[in-house]
Amino acid sequence: MQLKIHYYALMREQAGRSEETLDTFAATPSDLYGELLARYGFTLAREQLKVAVNNEFSDWSRRLKEGDAVVFIPPVAGG
Amino acid sequence: MRFRFTETAIDTIQGRSELLDSGAGGYASFEGWVRDFNEGREVVGLEYEAFQELAVKEGERIVAEALLRFPVKHALCIHRVGALGLRDMAVWVGVSSAHRGEAFDACRFVIDEVKHRVPIWKKEHYRSGDSGWVNCERCSAAPAHGDDRGRDHEHHDEAVVLAVRE
Repeated sequence: MQLKIHYYALMREQAGRSEETLDTFAATPSDLYGELLARYGFTLAREQLKVAVNNEFSDWSRRLKEGDAVVFIPPVAGG
Repeated sequence: MRFRFTETAIDTIQGRSELLDSGAGGYASFEGWVRDFNEGREVVGLEYEAFQELAVKEGERIVAEALLRFPVKHALCIHRVGALGLRDMAVWVGVSSAHRGEAFDACRFVIDEVKHRVPIWKKEHYRSGDSGWVNCERCSAAPAHGDDRGRDHEHHDEAVVLAVRE
């Protein structure tokens, strides 16, 4: 399954890219984060993040589908 | 649009003009400014980055909630992205209403929720030459989303402006 991943802020720097298309067997955002954590060594634990799929907040257990766009959201700091 | 981003200086005159209403007795606004210190570090500049597709949706939802929650006429929030220097305005919120009380309340609600919910990130550059993403790095046990500790991390001076004719 191919997914599109966008990275922001600290995670963009740690991944060394702002987006990528990924072939993965990850069934859920939770699985996907585990896979990417191992690859990029992100310092943020999953519990510190939120996740968005196709530009809307999502559950970590949602079933991902071919072509979904996933964004992991580090602790925010607007204002 | 009741929530938007800008890559250039926030035009508060334009923002205010969008709140005008014959039934409004005044408006309250909040400006967040870039401050020169945070958590004991000397700050020389900031960068804001946003996940704009979702941030605009969430910002719009916050303003819509404010309009439901408080009997106000209009509300608008504008947030900067990109590189900002000291004293620059990072965010502006304006609310017009018949009476001042609900304008202040709604204004406070919008800025508090924006800081807590909208996917915007802030990188601070320090006098010492290093930099860090606020809430992500220096707090090694960083507050998770929904943790109220995040609300205590104020990173700019606060200026409240009120113009009321009642």
